[in-house]
Amino acid sequence: MAGTIEPGANASAAACPLLTLRGLTRRFGGLTAVDAIDLDLGEGELVSIIGPNGAGKTTLFNLVTGLDRPDAGEVRLGGHTITGLSPETLAGKGIARTFQLGRVFGNLSVMDNVLIGAHTRLRAVKPGIPLVGPLLELGLALLRPRSVKAEEDRLREEAKGILARFGDRLLPRIDQPAYTLSYANRRRVEIARALALEPRLLLLDEPTAGMNPNETTEMQALIAKLKAEGLTILLIEHKLDIVLRLSDRVVVMDDGRKIAEGTGGEVRNDPKVIEAYLGHGLSRAASNEPEPAA
Amino acid sequence: MSSWLDYTINGLIVGNLYALVAVGLALIFGVSRLINFAQGSIYLVGAYVGWVAVVQLRTPLPVTIVLVAAFAGMVGLIVERFGLRPLQDSARIAPLLATIGISFVLDQIVMLIFSPNPRALPSQLPDVRFQVGGGTIGPLDLLIAAVGVTSALLLFLFLRYNKLGWAVRATAQDRDAAMQMGVDVNRVNQAVFGIAAALGGVSGLLVGMYYNQIDTAMSLQATLKGVVAEVIGGAGNVPGAVAGGLLLGLVESYGVALFGTSYRNLFAFLLLISVLVLRPNGLFASARQAPPEPLTGTFIAPSRPVRLPLWALLTALGIFTLLPLFPVSAYVLQTLINAWLFGMLALSLTLVAGTVGQVSLGHAALLAIGAYTSALLSLSLSFPVGIAIICGGLMSAALGTLLISPSFRLRGHYVSIATLAIGEIVSLVILNWESVTHGPIGISGIPPLSLFGYELVGAASVYWFTFAIVVLLALLQVRLLGSHIGRSLRAIRDDDVAARAYGLSLNRYKALAFIFGGFAAGISGGIAAHLYSYINHETFNTQQSILALTIVILGGLGNVAGAIVGSVALVGLPEIFRIAAEYRILIYGIVLLLLVRFRPQGLLGTI
Repeated sequence: MAGTIEPGANASAAACPLLTLRGLTRRFGGLTAVDAIDLDLGEGELVSIIGPNGAGKTTLFNLVTGLDRPDAGEVRLGGHTITGLSPETLAGKGIARTFQLGRVFGNLSVMDNVLIGAHTRLRAVKPGIPLVGPLLELGLALLRPRSVKAEEDRLREEAKGILARFGDRLLPRIDQPAYTLSYANRRRVEIARALALEPRLLLLDEPTAGMNPNETTEMQALIAKLKAEGLTILLIEHKLDIVLRLSDRVVVMDDGRKIAEGTGGEVRNDPKVIEAYLGHGLSRAASNEPEPAA
Repeated sequence: MSSWLDYTINGLIVGNLYALVAVGLALIFGVSRLINFAQGSIYLVGAYVGWVAVVQLRTPLPVTIVLVAAFAGMVGLIVERFGLRPLQDSARIAPLLATIGISFVLDQIVMLIFSPNPRALPSQLPDVRFQVGGGTIGPLDLLIAAVGVTSALLLFLFLRYNKLGWAVRATAQDRDAAMQMGVDVNRVNQAVFGIAAALGGVSGLLVGMYYNQIDTAMSLQATLKGVVAEVIGGAGNVPGAVAGGLLLGLVESYGVALFGTSYRNLFAFLLLISVLVLRPNGLFASARQAPPEPLTGTFIAPSRPVRLPLWALLTALGIFTLLPLFPVSAYVLQTLINAWLFGMLALSLTLVAGTVGQVSLGHAALLAIGAYTSALLSLSLSFPVGIAIICGGLMSAALGTLLISPSFRLRGHYVSIATLAIGEIVSLVILNWESVTHGPIGISGIPPLSLFGYELVGAASVYWFTFAIVVLLALLQVRLLGSHIGRSLRAIRDDDVAARAYGLSLNRYKALAFIFGGFAAGISGGIAAHLYSYINHETFNTQQSILALTIVILGGLGNVAGAIVGSVALVGLPEIFRIAAEYRILIYGIVLLLLVRFRPQGLLGTI
């Protein structure tokens, strides 16, 4: 039952976190993009990863979601090792992500984009039988028996519900191809697509990049709502005020390494963090002043 | 029987010639991430310019070489300036299609000027052989080796010590950064295309002299061999291309020594497929590299399909259904039967190339598989024709998908190369597997079309039969596109990285597309076999693959109605206007080029 988390629940979540990274390392030639990262993410927690550009944040996301394979280290989801599994397998295990540059399917309608998000939840049309499964899938897609139709209709209704969370930003454009959308709307479609997967773990890569302050506030409210609903979220974000407001914990990365971890307040006053930012010439990020939207 | 040393020398010499083509391809790939399918055509131009110089102008050898290099280089510059530069900001599929179109236009121009008959290109060197160890070597061998080494040296000096050469290397490493540093990328492209074309042209000349014969079929072979050598060496890797060329030459030569001449190409293409599958970055790349293509940007241009109103579709359906009842000539019906057969092939290709973005250049192989299956089943096992055709479709679906599956992990241009090679492999197997396919003799006396034991007599009944099938296949395909599979295929085409992140297995859905498309193409081939009553390994050839591709682009990628409209237009109109057969391919090539440039989404738009 939602909303009946016992006092002891947090303690047990800490005992077996949803996501565990141990010594995760990825090298590109001479460059170590991700250097022995350890991280625990409890059920329902929101942890933000911050750091200067090139710190290895997105590479870390790629390692967790299977788009890239680590050279060393381990990723565990709910206690099971998932290191090096393919992205499609990991999507099936409930990991959903958005992309830094916004990778919507340009020629697909908004609705179809969200339905792709629900792909791993298709049951009636995708019998899990080896070898003949794909052929049955082809046959069922062409014949469309009642169960397949019902499933498709149900997912469409759900997709509309998800799109409704973005107010009237996406619903009026539900049949438009995604390439016609504004940049901010494409970011929203990405998040809608991720939610359609009903993820256990959601990874958001700069969800507010390129948004104006108004849109940023809206997005922040949405993420806060998702967190309140119990979703476990790993967030990469440059806008520090959002990070400080939303995060249970903040991890700071620089040059592939984790240089600090703690609550927003702790991290903000950490001399190593200030040095990392100042050293890279981004002094503003360390002050209280929020970065203006690009 | 020659000694193994002879085979080694032969392999190295031929490899040298492959390397000349491959180096050009590697240079072009380096600066523009483009596999130039027109490289073989420039090589063809070189061979024929050489023939004119040697046989008609009687120029001395050094002049011949300079003349060929200059002429071919000029063609390269023209191709770059007018064929590719206008497409710089287009979707990535545009330059790929443009080089395919250019290659057909160039080949056809050469064929129209010189006729497709082979010509002798005499070597201008004395015909003596020197004894070297256990083998022999001639002056032409030495010349080819010298040209190879000299061009490699010149190229090295150019890239290392010339300012434009630096610009080429800088652009190859990082195009954007080079542009920001003030490198004129257009000049770099021009230089690279000029050099590549000159090398390709000289290679064509030398090959002609080496085999003492040139013909217009050389072009496709050269493109394939050059690409094989380049891919072995690692796309864009210039020294790798030289090594790849030599390796390919040796493998072929030893293969011929062991199994016979007709297996030469089979070895080349099997080598290509194994390299693409096992080491897609080439033999000399480090094991794990970043993906060779940028991760963002869609392969095809975004567009919105034109929605045809239902009444228009029903009217067209009615007119075409009732057409044989009106006093139309059998010739018109024959032409439309041909259009419906191509319509089935185009439906297949528009699904594979348009909906899921795998631009197949070997699609005629699916026709061949369907045709041979149906012909052999009805002849040898006395299957009823209707059942045999369906079996042909199923065999095409199964075998085609199996053969193409190694290319599922490839992207963009590589898919086109792999499918081209697989198409060639199929036709080589048909040629060599004599016990089943009767080899070059072909299969004759295939029973005519019949349905439930009744022979389809007359053009009208065949017309209705083929029209009914193309409509049926089109309706099935529309239903497929409307299902979750349709949206999954389009998602994979638009962004395969994001598609995988949402649980779509690329292998599974590409295979489903090829199964469905293979069936349609196999049915088309099966019907064709019974209509023609005779087929051989050349009945279904690359020209049909290219025509199908042009139809698909004309109709709109992935567009079902477009595939049929395109078939009627490109198969029917040339008949109606009585355009002579030898000009048709030229027209298809030009149509393809114009479409890519001015209406990349086709008549009815991409779906």
